Parts: sequence; C-alpha cells; structure tokens
Amino acid sequence: MSPRPGFVLDVDRSTPPTLFWHGEGFRLERLPVGSRVVYAPEPLDPLADPRSAIRHALTHPLGDSEPLPALLRPGIRLTIAFDDVSLPLPPMARPDARQLVMEEVLDLAAAAGVDDVVLIAALALHRRMTEAELRHALGDRIYDAFAPAGLLLQHDAEDPDALVHLGTTDHGEDVEINRRAAESDLLVYVNINLVAMDGGHKSVATGLASYRSLRHHHNPATMRASRSFMDQHHSELHTSNWRMGRLIAASGVKVFQIETTLNTDTFPDAFGFLQKREWEWNVRDRAGFVAASKALERTPPRLARRIFHSVRAPHRLTSVQAGEVEAVHAETTANVHRQQLVAVEGQTDILTMGLPYISPYNVNSILNPILVACLGLGYFFNLYRGRPLVREGGVLIMSHPTRPEFDPVHHPSYIDFFEEVLTETTDPVAIAERFETSFATDPWYVHLYRTGYAYHGVHPFYMWYWCAHALEHLGAVIIVGGDPATVRRMGFRPASTLADALEIASDVVGPSPSLTHLHTPPIMLADVT
Amino acid sequence: MTGPSPTGSWAGRLRSAAGAATDAGLGSRRRRARLRARLTSPRFPLGAPTWPGSLDRPAPDRGLGTDYDTAWSRRYPVRLARAVLLDNVTRPLARLVADPVLRGEENLVDLEAPVIFVANHSSHVDTPLLLSCLPVRFRHHTVVAAAADYFFDRKWKAALWSFTLATIPIERARVNRRSAALAADLVADGWSLVIFPEGGRSPDGWGQPFRGGAAYLAERTGRPVVPVHIDGTRHVLPKSGAPGRSGLHRSQVTVTFGSRLSPDEGEDARRFSTRVEMAVAALADERSTDWWTAKRRAATGATPSMAGPEVAPWRRAWALPAAPRPAHDDEWPLAD
Repeated sequence: MSPRPGFVLDVDRSTPPTLFWHGEGFRLERLPVGSRVVYAPEPLDPLADPRSAIRHALTHPLGDSEPLPALLRPGIRLTIAFDDVSLPLPPMARPDARQLVMEEVLDLAAAAGVDDVVLIAALALHRRMTEAELRHALGDRIYDAFAPAGLLLQHDAEDPDALVHLGTTDHGEDVEINRRAAESDLLVYVNINLVAMDGGHKSVATGLASYRSLRHHHNPATMRASRSFMDQHHSELHTSNWRMGRLIAASGVKVFQIETTLNTDTFPDAFGFLQKREWEWNVRDRAGFVAASKALERTPPRLARRIFHSVRAPHRLTSVQAGEVEAVHAETTANVHRQQLVAVEGQTDILTMGLPYISPYNVNSILNPILVACLGLGYFFNLYRGRPLVREGGVLIMSHPTRPEFDPVHHPSYIDFFEEVLTETTDPVAIAERFETSFATDPWYVHLYRTGYAYHGVHPFYMWYWCAHALEHLGAVIIVGGDPATVRRMGFRPASTLADALEIASDVVGPSPSLTHLHTPPIMLADVT
Repeated sequence: MTGPSPTGSWAGRLRSAAGAATDAGLGSRRRRARLRARLTSPRFPLGAPTWPGSLDRPAPDRGLGTDYDTAWSRRYPVRLARAVLLDNVTRPLARLVADPVLRGEENLVDLEAPVIFVANHSSHVDTPLLLSCLPVRFRHHTVVAAAADYFFDRKWKAALWSFTLATIPIERARVNRRSAALAADLVADGWSLVIFPEGGRSPDGWGQPFRGGAAYLAERTGRPVVPVHIDGTRHVLPKSGAPGRSGLHRSQVTVTFGSRLSPDEGEDARRFSTRVEMAVAALADERSTDWWTAKRRAATGATPSMAGPEVAPWRRAWALPAAPRPAHDDEWPLAD
C-alpha cells in the first residue's frame, strides 16, 4: 500500500486523545471539539537500491556540472565536506547516508588515482564530533582510513590559518570559509536534507564559514525577514546564503553538491505508536505506549535521556541528486516536499505542539531551556510555507518539562546566557546589541569550542535569534509542564495542564479560539493557504 | 472524589480510617466494582481507540463489510431459529436488564408493513431491545442496518449478528450503492428496516447529527418512516468511554414510538432527514417533559436539540439527565 498523504483532522467527540511529546516522555491530551490536528504524510517508500542510485546520481549530474568521474583526475586536491552530527534526527541506524555516499565518491576517487583527499566535518559554530559520532556517520572503513593520518578534519571557525576571505557580496557580507575547501581543485559536499531549510548554498556558505561571515545572516533582522526558514523563496537567511554561495562559485571554488533526502521513518518498532494515528493504534501500540510512558514517568531524567539518545532512526534514503548546487537543491527540495508537505487551510488562534527530547543542537546531550525555545519557536513554528499556522497575535502552546538543566561540556555559554543575558532582557535585538560581541569573542568560549566539545560562545544568541520571527508574530507563548521559574525567565507563561494553558490563552485570543495541533513526529511542512 | 488528585485520595483514606467497619466493607465492594469495570471496558490507551467521525474506516477484507452476503440469514429455517431465539432468549433478557416502558404504541396500530424504524442510538442494547418491543408482525420480519466496518469486519461477527438480529451491512461513512440497494430491495420485498442514522452510538450520552440514509431509503422505496426514541439504554450498557458506569447494569428504559412520516411532495432527502431528526428530538422532549409541551415546542420550532449544549465537555456531561436510582444501591454511604 502506498504511503498515505498528510491531512488535517477535525476533532469531534469520537476522536481519541492526541499524543503530545513531552521531552523524554509523552502525554495523551483530549483536544476541544472543533480543533484541528495536522498529521504528517506517512514515510515514503525508500530507494530499493541506494548504492546504485548514488552511483547513478554521481554519473548523471544535474545542472551544468560534469559527471563526478570526469572531475576526478590524478594530482588534484579533493576535499569532501559533510554535514555534522546535527543531522539527521535522531541519528539514523547504520549505514548512515553520509557513509553510503562518501564510500561511492571515494571509490571513484581511488579509481581515478586521486591521492590528495581530505574529509572535513562542516561544523560551522557547532561542537566537534566525537570519534564514536564520526565512526557512526562515516563508517569504520572511512574513519580508519583517514583519521589516523590526520586527513579527517573538523572545521574550525576560529583558526585564522585555516580560513580564507573570498570577498564581500554586493550587500557587504563577508564571505570567509575553510581554506582547504576553498583552495581545493574540487570540493564535494555531502548533505543530508532532513528539512527544506537544509542544503543548497547554505551547505558551504554556512557549514564551512567563520563567525565573521555567519553574523551577516544569523541576526535578528534576517531571522525576522525569513518567513519561513523552510521556504527558501521567502527566507532572507537563504537569500543571504545564496549571495554568498554565488560569490564562492565566482571565486573559482568548484563545488560538486550531493544531496540526499530521507523518509520520515523516525522511530524503531518499539516506539511505533509515535508515528501512528491514534485511532489506528492496535493492541501492541497501546501496550507499547502504556509501558513506555509509565516506565519513563518513573525513570530519572538523566537515564531517560540516555535511553532516548541511544535510539537510532530507521530513516531510509528516498532520493539522491548530485551536480551543480542550485539545480541539485531544486530537485532535493521537491523531494522533501513530496515527503513532508501537508495542505492546511487557514490560520489558527492557538497552535499547540509537543516538543521532543532532541533538537539539532543537543544530540547526545541535554535539551536546555534555550534549545527548547529554539525548537518550538525556531523550528516547529517555522514548519510552514505561505503563512504561519498561527495567526499574528495568536498563542503558541508547547508541551515540555523545560528544566533548568545545561550540559556544561557542550553548552557552556548557554549557562551564562541564561543567567546573565535573559535576566536582563529577552528582546533579540537588544540582546544582539548589548551582549553578542562579548560572548562571541570570549577567549574561554573560543578555547572550549576549538579544543573541547563546546558550541561556540555565540551559539545561544543564534538560538534566540532563531525565535525572533515567532516572538514578533505571537501574542503569547505558553509552556505546559515546564519549570515555572525557567519558563518565566524566557518571557513565556507556564501552565500545569493543557486545560490551564487554554484558559490562559483565552486572555489573549478571546473565549472561543480556534486551535490547531501540529502532530509530531514525524516532521512535516504545513502549506498554509 | 477519586482519581489522581492527592486531595481526594487523602480525604478518602482519612474517611476510611475514621469510618465504621461496615463502610470499609462497602468501600471494597465499590473498588471491586470499579476494577471490574476497568477490566471489562478499559479506556484508551488501555482500551481500543475510538474512530474520528470525520474519517472513513479502511475497507474490510473482501467478502466482509458491505460485501458480506446475508441472504442465508433470511431463509426460513434461519428465520425460524431466530424467532425462537428472539422470543425465548432475547426478549426475556431485555426485560431483565432494561424492563422497557413502551409509549406511543398506538402509532403502530394499523401501520402497514414494511416501514423504516428510525431511532437514536447510545448502546448495543438498543437493537435487541427495539426488536423485542416491536409487535409480532414486525418483529420477525425486520432487518437491522448495522455498520459494515464494525459488525461485519470478521466472519464470526458477521455470521453472529446476521443470525441473531438479522443485520445487514451498511456503509456508515459514505453512500455505498451496494448497501443502499440491498436495504431498498429488502424493503421492497416487504422487510421492515431498523436504522440508527446517527452512524454510531453516542460517545457522550448526547445525540449526534442524523445522516441521510434513512430518508433516502424512504424516498426511494416510498415507505413511511417511524421515528423512535430510546431513552435510558446508556445506563444499561454505555459505549466504552461514554459517561456513566461501564459494563452491563439494570436500568429503566423507555421506548417511544412516533407518528409515521413520509416525504412531502418535492421534499428532498436532506430536508426529510432533518424532519425525521426533529421528530425523534420531539419524542425525546416528550420523554423529558410531556406530550403537550413537546408538541407546542415542536410547532414553534423550539424543540431542544438532542446534540446537547455546545459547552465544555464536563458541562455537557453535567447537563445529562441522571441515571435512574438503582433498585438496591449497596454503596451507601459512600466509602470514599
């Protein structure tokens, strides 16, 4: 049976309670009659033979690119950059898409006699990947061949010797990227396109860039003008990246882009109920839900986190395309839409969502309060095309425990941001003006970023800017089940239950509001008309 | 107060500690009754989920659902066996658990078969009870429209209900030519039809909008519709998840038959369906007030809707008429 498309359910009295993620747990909430629930399309059928599909894509490139074998010659400098640990979510079961693609690319490079090959994890300002994470993403074969020889690098956005300034765009944006990548004869970029925001020129112009370059589009003004991040034609973030990408190409950097899309088969069978529509839960699903939710209620959060972060998603490849960046990305975006697009008619007064335990920035770590805000207001709120799901002045209700917990190894600057910045103001513009530079240039944060496993000092600012569009658009943000003091610190309103949250929301949107619930997982993109 | 509230739980414990020994005994009976109810009719997610009314159920296997052939259940040997079962088992059982009070029986006098009985629906008890209440000339020559996706999704269920209640499969989510044609042919052959146009049992005790199938069949066959209101079966055997004590309980039931209705000249099925729905609502009003009050309200279009007030779920539950007091309530005084 072919996968069913996404749809919008009108809640009636016969509708069973609806599943909400709640951090490292779940809740079943009964939504008011007349509410709408947006359900994602079912996972697409995967490619039957991914390796053949990859080989076909490399030899039949899109756009004005030559086939990869024709670009590989003895004596050239070849750099293969790849997306970091932030993709996909959760990490996919072996083999990872990057491993499959890079093994094919390296097979061709070996056949062509290319000796000078370097692999670079395109971290931007993210934390470095651990050996285990690199092995998982690339496979042991690649790791053992390149890492011991020092040929498996992680992009360092604070190493002046490893960066090169390629110029400025006509909008005055500095373009500074990884020197090895820029000075190679061929830069192959291996991408995983989990959402429509990923890929395209953003891969190189962001993934291999420095703070000097990134600050031009990672700021409140750009974020507010990106409506949404998931719609590249209406995203200032993408427009800026596209300007930079074209300058990179004009500077003589030859990029061969390889983009992959995955289906939304996000959780293994044990958590099968997460992806099914509630009225289709069979005995096994219900037993799984009851067992998992009851067990998680009694499990300390730290242990629950470890359990969830050990989950490997059964994601499978649905497409792979290679060649010239813009032509490739157009095809990739169409394939992402094929999997994720759901037509939704009209906006809503109240948008509800359950937030999971994971975001791109806390793989194997804690979803701290700032990342909770970013996940809800930055990512889920922006899962739209056309218009936001919730009307201007509407209310967003998120369900998450939102504990004041931080990972001191991965997120050291987040702790100071929470204690020193959010206590002063929650306005993204004021935060950028008053605090960004001191965090971005703090030598201790730079040291931790370069030598440890810490996100860059400026990263929590970017997470807050990510929320800027939603913060400007919404009348109120309510977090259900969150730690009240933590929620208030971020300028949001706490609520114990969904019913309480709806009561609070009625103060903002009136007594008979419309309500729409974004049912995740899996992720989707609402096409709001 | 019961449930997760610590206040209620502690209050219950304190009362139990301070109460008499007899209270403790009654409390344990109450708890046992609750446990039995939970085991026999658990709520989602322990029990099966309900299905949103706006969605079609997936088509059942071939040979099931609307494809199931019920012709065997209308052959004479089977009809004879069913008649024996209905008169000697089903009727006594119905009287035992529901003890129905019949009103408006006079509307069935001189009524020429076949007719289409249209009733509200809140319990699985409705069908056997209504069949039990029909006069003999209807009782053994009536088929019951039953949801194809629920009663005909397994071979054994299809055979069981076809035999015991003379059910025929009806597609409830949309118009299905096969099931509509079967019902119309049977009416044309002289079989009366019982149909519950709400499409399913009430999930919360209040009525649901009528679908047009009954009115369509009336128009197509030219046979009259008899509106029927069944009151109280939700206290006998409520739908899983509906308010009230789950499981089977004895309770008083009232079945009210209304005057026959036929489509007016030029009246389409949709408008006729609305009129039938209003007629059943008027019978409900008659049950809660009196015949005259209900008549006057109906004449002025002031008959209360069976759908109940459009307010928060707890207020809808609150507004439901209370269950008739059990004949012997062994749970007084309350233990917790």
